[in-house]
Order: sequence, then C-alpha cells, then structure tokens
Amino acid sequence: MDNLLSIITFIPAVAAIIMALFLRGDDAAAQKNAKWLALLATTATFLVSLFVLAGFDPANTEMQFVEEYDWILGLKYKMGVDGISVLFVMLTTFLMPITIASCWDVKVRVKEYMIAFLLLETLMLGVFCALDLVLFYLFFEAGLIPMFLIIGIWGGKERIYAAFKFFLYTFLGSVLMLVAMIAMYWDAGTTDIPTLLTHSFASESFSLLGITVVGGLQTMLFLAFFASFAVKMPMWPVHTWLPDAHVQAPTAGSVVLAAILLKMGGYGFLRFSLPMFPVGSDVLADVVLWMSAIAIVYTSLVALAQQDMKKLIAYSSVAHMGYVTMGIFSANQQGIDGAIFQMISHGFISGALFLCVGVIYDRMHTREIDAYGGLVNRMPAYAMIFMFFTMANVGLPGTSGFVGEFLTLVGVFQVNTWVAAVATSGVILSAAYALWLYRRVVMGEMIKEALKSITDMTRREKVIFAPLVFMTLLLGVYPSLVTDIIGPSVGALVTDYQAAIPVSGESQLAQH
Amino acid sequence: MATIILLAPLVGALICGFGWRIIGERAGQIIATALVFLAAFLSWIIFLGFDGETYRVVLLRWIESGTLGSEWSIRIDRLTAIMLVVVNSVSALVHLYSFGYMAHDDNWNHHEHYRARFFAYLSFFTFAMLMLVTSDNLVQMFFGWEGVGVASYLLIGFYYKKPSANAAAMKAFIVNRVGDFGFALGIFALFYLTDSIRFDEVFAAAPGLAETSVRFLWTEWNAANLVGVLLFIGAMGKSAQLFLHTWLPDAMEGPTPVSALIHAATMVTAGVFLVCRMSPVYEYAPQAMAFITVLGACTAFVAATIGLVQNDIKRVIAYSTMSQLGYMFVAAGVGVYSVAMFHLFTHAFFKAMLFLGAGSVIHATHHEQDMRNYGGLRKKIPLTFWAMMIGTLAITGVGIPLTHIGFAGFLSKDAVIESAFVGNQGAFWLLVVAAGMTSFYSWRLMFMTFFGENRAGSVGHAHGHHGHDDHHHEPHESPTIMLIPLGVLALGAVFSGMLWYSVFFGDEDKVRNWFGMEAAHHAAQGEAAAETAEAPVAVTEAAPAEGAVATEAAPAEGAVATEAAPAEMAAAEPVPHHAAVAPKGAIFIGPENTVLHDAHYVPKWVKVSPFVAMVLGLALAWLFYIKNPSLPGRLAANQRPLYLFLLNKWYFDELYDWVFVRSSKWLGRFLWKKGDGAVIDGGINGVAMGIIPMLTRLAGRAQSGYVFHYAFAMVVGVVAVITWLTLSGAQ
Repeated sequence: MDNLLSIITFIPAVAAIIMALFLRGDDAAAQKNAKWLALLATTATFLVSLFVLAGFDPANTEMQFVEEYDWILGLKYKMGVDGISVLFVMLTTFLMPITIASCWDVKVRVKEYMIAFLLLETLMLGVFCALDLVLFYLFFEAGLIPMFLIIGIWGGKERIYAAFKFFLYTFLGSVLMLVAMIAMYWDAGTTDIPTLLTHSFASESFSLLGITVVGGLQTMLFLAFFASFAVKMPMWPVHTWLPDAHVQAPTAGSVVLAAILLKMGGYGFLRFSLPMFPVGSDVLADVVLWMSAIAIVYTSLVALAQQDMKKLIAYSSVAHMGYVTMGIFSANQQGIDGAIFQMISHGFISGALFLCVGVIYDRMHTREIDAYGGLVNRMPAYAMIFMFFTMANVGLPGTSGFVGEFLTLVGVFQVNTWVAAVATSGVILSAAYALWLYRRVVMGEMIKEALKSITDMTRREKVIFAPLVFMTLLLGVYPSLVTDIIGPSVGALVTDYQAAIPVSGESQLAQH
Repeated sequence: MATIILLAPLVGALICGFGWRIIGERAGQIIATALVFLAAFLSWIIFLGFDGETYRVVLLRWIESGTLGSEWSIRIDRLTAIMLVVVNSVSALVHLYSFGYMAHDDNWNHHEHYRARFFAYLSFFTFAMLMLVTSDNLVQMFFGWEGVGVASYLLIGFYYKKPSANAAAMKAFIVNRVGDFGFALGIFALFYLTDSIRFDEVFAAAPGLAETSVRFLWTEWNAANLVGVLLFIGAMGKSAQLFLHTWLPDAMEGPTPVSALIHAATMVTAGVFLVCRMSPVYEYAPQAMAFITVLGACTAFVAATIGLVQNDIKRVIAYSTMSQLGYMFVAAGVGVYSVAMFHLFTHAFFKAMLFLGAGSVIHATHHEQDMRNYGGLRKKIPLTFWAMMIGTLAITGVGIPLTHIGFAGFLSKDAVIESAFVGNQGAFWLLVVAAGMTSFYSWRLMFMTFFGENRAGSVGHAHGHHGHDDHHHEPHESPTIMLIPLGVLALGAVFSGMLWYSVFFGDEDKVRNWFGMEAAHHAAQGEAAAETAEAPVAVTEAAPAEGAVATEAAPAEGAVATEAAPAEMAAAEPVPHHAAVAPKGAIFIGPENTVLHDAHYVPKWVKVSPFVAMVLGLALAWLFYIKNPSLPGRLAANQRPLYLFLLNKWYFDELYDWVFVRSSKWLGRFLWKKGDGAVIDGGINGVAMGIIPMLTRLAGRAQSGYVFHYAFAMVVGVVAVITWLTLSGAQ
C-alpha cells in the first residue's frame, strides 16, 4: 500500500463528509448514528495506522511511506514519516477513538461535534505527515478551526472569550512563521521538507538597524518559527491562553488539546527549528532552556494556587511541556529522546487526567475543587484510577511519566547544571500540587450533601480508561518500545546538529 | 529463585488488591501473606548459602537512550542478601500480625472493606523495597525508592477519613521528594561523569572521579564529593535525617504494623543501604563522608533529645528510630559499612518488635496511644510486656561489657560507637550521650506503660470512645496471631547480634570474606588484580577458594554488558573504561581506610562508655518514673522553655511551615494573579486584549450557529493567504 498515510489521514475526513451529507435530523437515533460512525471511523484509522507502525523500519532514518503528487497551483502534495513523526501519528490515531467514546453523553449538536473531531483528526495527522512546507502550514493552521469551534460552541460560560484568545494567540504566532516560510522558499527555492532539511541556511552574522544578529538569517528564521511553536507548546510566558482554553473547552476538547494539539509545537521544534536552523538554535538554546526551567517552577507554583481542577491540570501541562522544550534544546540523544517520550506519555496522562475531571464534572457540573471531598467513600474505582494518573503525572518510576522527565533531565544536566537543578525542583512541586488536589477532591470524610448520591464510574467510563492505564504502564515498564523507534532518527538529528554548529559539542561540554 | 523472591509479593499484592472481590477478602489476605512467607523462606536460603560472589539476573530491558542503558535486573551480593532477609522476614511477620491487628478497626463501618486493601499495600511495599535492594543500577534503585515512597504514602494515609492522616501522608511524600531531588541530581551527575548508571561501570570509574573536578551550579566541585553529597541528600529524605526528618513522626498516623515494617525496619534504612551500596564512590569522597558522619551524629543526638519528652508511645519509638538511623550513618560515614549494615540488621529485629509490641499495647487499650493513660499493664498483658522488655534490653544495649555476649543492640551499637571513636571523636561523644538518652526514654516508656498505677483516662480523652468504654474497658492480651511475630522477632533481638557479630565486625578477615571483598593483605595488590582481570571471567565459574580471591576481580565489563544488554547493543557500543574494573565484593574499603581494623584496638574505657551511659539512663528513668514520679513534672515546670523546645520538636515544623509551605502558596498566588493576570495577560497581549472585547461583542450577539460562518470565513482567509504565497513565490 503506497499511500497508507493518505488513507489514515483522510478516513476521518471522509467519514465527516458522509456524516454532513447523509445524516439528517437531530433526534436520538441520528445522534447515535453520528457517534457510532465517528467511533467506527476513528477506530478504523487506528487499525490501519498499525500497518504503518508494523511496516516502519526504525533503523532507516530517511522518510518512509513517502507519497508525492502534484497538486493545485504547482504545489506538491507530499507525505511521509520518520522516527520523529511516526509515533505522533500513532498517538493521534490511538487517542481519537477514546476521545470520541468519552463524549458519548453529549446531547447538543452531536453531528456537528463529531464532524469537528473527525476533521480535527485529519488535520492533526496531516501536520505530522506533511513533507511540504505549504501543506504543513495548511494543516497546521486549519487545525485551529475545528478546535476553535469545539471550544466556542460546546464550551463553558466564557467560551467565546477563551476561543478567541486561543485563536488569536496561536494565529498571531503563525503569521510570523508564514513570513519565515516565504523567506525559506526564496532562499532554498523549494518547499520540500526533506530537501530543506539538507539545505544550510545562511548563518553569517549581520547588522540590522545597528544590532548585530548573531547567526544571521538562521537566527531570524528560528525566532519566527519559535514564535509559532512556543505559543503552541505553550511555553512561558505565552502560556496564558491554555488554562483559559482548557477551562472552557468540553472534556473531549481538553483531551485532544492537551494530548495532541500541544505536541505540534514540540514536533515543529524537532522538524524545523533544530535541524534546519542549527546555528540559530544554538545561539538561543540557553534562552530557551531558561524559559523552560522557569516554566516548570513558575507554572507548578501557580498550579498550587488554583481553585479550579481543570486550570490546575492545565498549568501542570505547561510545566510538563517545559521538560519537553528543555530536552529538545539540550540537543543530545537523552534530551531529545526524553522530550519525544515525554510528549507521548503526556498524551496519555494529561488526556486521562482531563477525563478524570470530566467524570465528576458530568455528575456534579462543577470544576471547583472545594465542591468536592471524600469521593473515595462512594467512588473507589474512580479514586484508584485518579490516584494512578496522579502518580503518573508526578513522574513515578514505572509509569511513562518518569521516563520522559528522567531522560530530559539527564540530557539537560550535560549542558547546563543550573537549568537541571531548577527543573529538577519541579519534582517536588509537582508532588505538592498533584497530591494536594487529590487530597482535597478524593480523600476525607464525605461531608457535602450534594455528593452523597454520587455514583462510581460506569462500565463505559472504565473501558475508556483501560487503554490509557495500559499504555502508561507499558511504556513505563518497557520504554524501549518507543526509544527503539525514535532512537536512530534522533541520533541522526543530533549528529547533524552537532556537526553544523560552530562550537563543537566537546568544547561545549568542557565549558560547563 | 531470586526472581521468585522479587515477584511473589507483587503477585500477592495484585491478587489481594484486585482479586478479593472474587475470591473473598480473607482468601486474598492469606494468599498475600503466604507469598511473602515464601519470599522470606527463599531469602533465608540465599542468605545462608551465599558464597560472596556477586551474580545477576537480567529480567527485561528498561530505559535506553544513546549511551545510557539500564535493565530490570536482580543483583545478588552480600548487601542484597542481608536486605532480602530483613525485608522479607519483617514483612512476613507484619503480614501475619496484621491479621490480628486489623481484624476490627473502629475507623471503619461494618460494611466497609479495608483489610484486603491493607494487605495489598503491604505486599506492594514489600515488592518496591525488594526492587530497591536488588537493583543493579541506579535507576531501578530509584524506582524502588519512589515505589516505597508511594506505598508509604498510601499506608500513612490509610485512614483516609482522618484529615491528620491525609496531611501526614502528603507530608511524607513531599519531604521525601526533596530528598529525591538530590538523589536524582546525583544520578544525573554520575551519568554525566561516568557515562553509565550501572553499578559496576560506575564503581569502575569511581577512582577517576576523585581526580575530576566538575562545574555544578556556582562553583567547581570534586566530582566524587559532589556525587556523594547529592546521593546522600536522597538518603537524608528517606532515612529521616536531620532537616528532612519532619515527616517521620507524623508518619505514625498510619496503622502500627505499617510503622513497624516501613518506618522502622525497612524503608527508612534504605538511605543507609544506599550509602553502603555506593561505598566504592564514597571511599573516594572524604568530604561527603565527613558530612554524613556529622549529620548522622547530630541526628542521633537531636532525635534522642526530642524522644525524652514525647508522650505518644509511637512517637517515642519513631524518634528512637530516627536516632538509631543516625548511628548507622555515622558508621557508614567513618567508612565501616559492614557495621552500618550490622546495626541495620539488628535494629530491624528489635525495632520492629518494639513497634509491634506498642501495637499490641495500643490494641489492648483500645487505640489509646498516650503513655500518660497507661500504667500497670504488666500484669494485664504479660506476654506483650516480656516482648517489649526484650526489645528494650536490645535497643538500650544490654550485655556483658568487654565480651561479645549480649542483646543484639549491645553488639551492633557498641561496634558503631567504637568505629566512631576511631573515625570522628566529636561524633563519638554525641553518640555516647545519645546512648544514655536512648536508655532513658526507652525505660521511661517501659515504666510509664507497664509499671505503677493504671492511669487510664487521666489525660484528655479526645477520642470520643466514651460510648465504648463501658463494655470493653479492661485491657486484654492480644490474640496469638499477633504474639507469634513478637516471639520470632524476640529471637532476633536476642541472638542476631551474637550470631553474626564476627562476620559484620568482629573479625576483619571474616568480614572481608563474608562481603566478598579481597582479603586485607591482598588489598595492596589491587592494582595487579585489576590487570589480570581484564579478560572476561564467567561469573558462575568463579571458584570460592581462598587463593583465587585476590586474582579474580569482578567480571570485566565486556562480560557484564553481554549478559545485560541484548547482543546487538553490546556489539554496537563497546562499553568505555576497558582498563578499569569494579572492585570486588558487595562493599568496598579503600586501601587507606583502616577504621574497621583500628576499631578493634580502641581503649577499654571507650568500649565500656556506652554501657555506662546505658546504666545512667536506666537509673535516671527509674528515679523519675518509679522512685519519684512527681519529679518529671517539677523538672518540666522549672525548665519550661527547654521542655517546650523539646516537646515541640525543636520547632522544625513551625519553621518549615513558614519558610516553605506558606511562602510557596503565597508565591503561587502572586505569580498567578500578578504574573499571569496583570503582567502577561495585561501587558504582553495588551493589543490583543483590545481586540478581543470587540470580537466578543460581535460574537456575543451571534447565535452559536453563526460561529460556523466565522469559521468558514477563516478557512477562506487561510486559503487566500496560501494562494497568494504560492503565486508570489512561483514567479
């Protein structure tokens, strides 16, 4: 099958079109059909994507499953995956059926809701598979729209504000990226990503308005891409859109946002910033490392002060993304392996945590921490699953949360011990905010009258959590499943990077 | 066999934790207990039959990234063998004891199932602890380290309806995380310096660390000292050493069997184990060692002072545990790791017994823990009394001076004190004074509990048990199932010191042989031994013959790597440090370290000093609590500031609450409201914030359906931009 990637990318879109054209009415039967069709489509996508994983050769660091066609206006349609992107594809296809299953109880505009998620999946998969700048940009930007709608239509009370904040932040960042892409096209004469990866952009320093730009064009391009990816990630200090978006988004929207959409930023750093602008990356690496370390401590402290469960978990997401950027810009094998691992693992864990909030939100319709307490008395299964993911969130060894944190910290320690020490203090703070949340929500005597009739998780809810628990444990116990696949590609990336930067890796080590 | 030992408790935990709904609570408990007993039995086989040669079982690959490699594996050497028997024996007995102790619990309603959960947690703890002690690399150790932390968290917070238990559980986990912060940085530093986290490769590179300087934070450090201190910070957290000790007394909120297993015999000694395990590194880190000695001695002293005035029976024993851990660290800090392990070994028996005995007292008095409400229980619960008596004789160090006959604590504590005299005089004096105080508070506990008049109900009964008091007021002896473990532990408290004295401390050659080290007179030829050992030596073929000991250093790197990692890894990445091999044996004593040897030749007065301190403490306790019971009250009134200072535990909790807890919460709120709210949202995107209200007004008027129109407009916009881009680019 030559166009496997296109097939998995467009199965959800086709399902969405079918749904839009042929499903009529908004009664219970139509809603049920919409949900089943969406579940079917996303499950099929996942099953087909397993062929990609099975056929993928980790030892080959080139692009695989490449397909290339001419498209409108002289553009190329080119798709492919390598060790860096293939697992993001898998993460997306794996999580989407779970996401769909989690919104089984939605009653409002179900058909449109399903269409939005299906289109979103196509666009997200497109981002991870695209091998052409324009195609990438299209997918990257268009992905905003379904998410914007999901928050804006199915969100909470202040959904319009949150949706616009989300949209403007990420869109403004992308405008700069667009400018940079045009500049890249003029410099390299192509929009083909594999060609761009081998192209060296000018890195001679020049003067602009009296300021010397070290690293020249590369630094400028790096900054432009950085504006987009840093917002997407999100990195401190442009993270404030995320808590608002999460709080207002419906549960399934939060899951996709945290578990997959944020990873586009990290993926972008790995696909563009590091390999295409190594000199620019090197110039600014220390700044990014510090931003990451600050993000970890700052957002963990802020999480400590939260009264809203979703906000707390959103801030914790920002802190965890801090480990990712820190690992990426350590620019060594452990750091980048760890960063990718952390992104995958965070997909399962943060997704599950937002689902955990969803479970009790569905019952009590509030996210206020103070409205809960003593849930363990009536919801033992829920208490256990929430405990599991709380522990995974604080990076307990044996869960996937540990491996990513550990490797990124090992990576950054070799580059900058200050950043490593500051970031490691995050392990203390994360324990503090996560356990405190758990204690206030789950532990204690059940005193509040309103909670006394709350019911434990249903069978459907347990089934939704089961694959997430399984993956979190599996990757925690046997992380080689991931590192075997990403290792060679990351190795090649690191080697090229070290060869391209003027100060060699050895002397940089000695410096610290 | 090692694999069975390791996995049996895990299987037990899973069956008991998840399967009890199917097989019933009692069956779950029995299975969990039986599996731990199996593990304990096999552990004794390994312990008694072990020949000193290190061997490994590799189970599964674990974290691998570039040159960093680690496996799930089991390393069996003398240190592991000791820990296996300690952990599994105490755990098995505590499981058994818990049948009785947890049978009825007023904290739960009749329909609530808590027993299976309790046993599952206990078994899970045992598994995590075994992972810790059997690990062959630092990350698996970290797994166990955090795993026992979680188990401890779950068990301290077992009575989850009690706010105090929840607070204590959180505190334990977070304070331990402060230690883990240091431990983790130590692992990162070791990997950075030696390019490995497997023990043998790290140990082989250890001599080089002493000559390396590394930049860490603000200054240059000696690499070995830096690593030593960082790892020790981890040990401080887990083993409740001064400054990171505040969680341990609060941890007494957990059920008493938990205190015996986790917070006395096993988990809290993990820090000591870590230092002993890393002895090849510590031997090259003199400043780190000095730090450990001083901190250990101070902990022993401070904890003993606090223990003098506490009234809660479990807290007295908790401070006593903390103090004894200080002793172990002093022994390790002066470089006599075998003695640190000796005290760990004996302490596990008598301290577990004291806790289980205390549990039996608490059980007998219907969950009364204030010793002021005890008194005269000797006749009511005679068997418990005798068990506690043996434990007290052991911890205070009763024996015949200048011989090797005495209770377990007599032999091991005196060995620590004699070693301290050689290594660090200041620490020696602190320990002797602490020994006196140990004797005082231990006997105070005995006298207040078992002697004198029964004072039940004399001090504020805030427990709300009044309703029950009518029908079971009378203290009663505990059931047999709780007394059996006490009896077994009593054997350990009496004999474990005498039986294993010579191999832990008494005879230097035996010590070296027992721990699989090179014999003393061969130590100087270590260089030569290292050279001859370059060729891989198969582990299983190593002959235990005396003569071969010197020439057969630990298996060369190649052999380890091939066994450990898949073949392709070994072929692709030849492990560095070809020239260096890890020192042989479970612990390592550097050529210049003669403390173990010299400790046998200390002056007689040094050997007698702990005994004298013990007698003084006993005499004073007798005076205060038997002869003249009004004396303590008057003394406390006279010396009120000092009394309050000790009673409030040197005000560590209050200080930490102000400096760390409140300030973090304040800072978090400040950063949220001012940082995120005012500065970022208000400043950086001020422009956007100007636009948003406008858009919001527009959108606010619209029905949600109209949002589709905006979306459509956006799609059109994006496509337009792309088109323009392509057309302009295509020129």
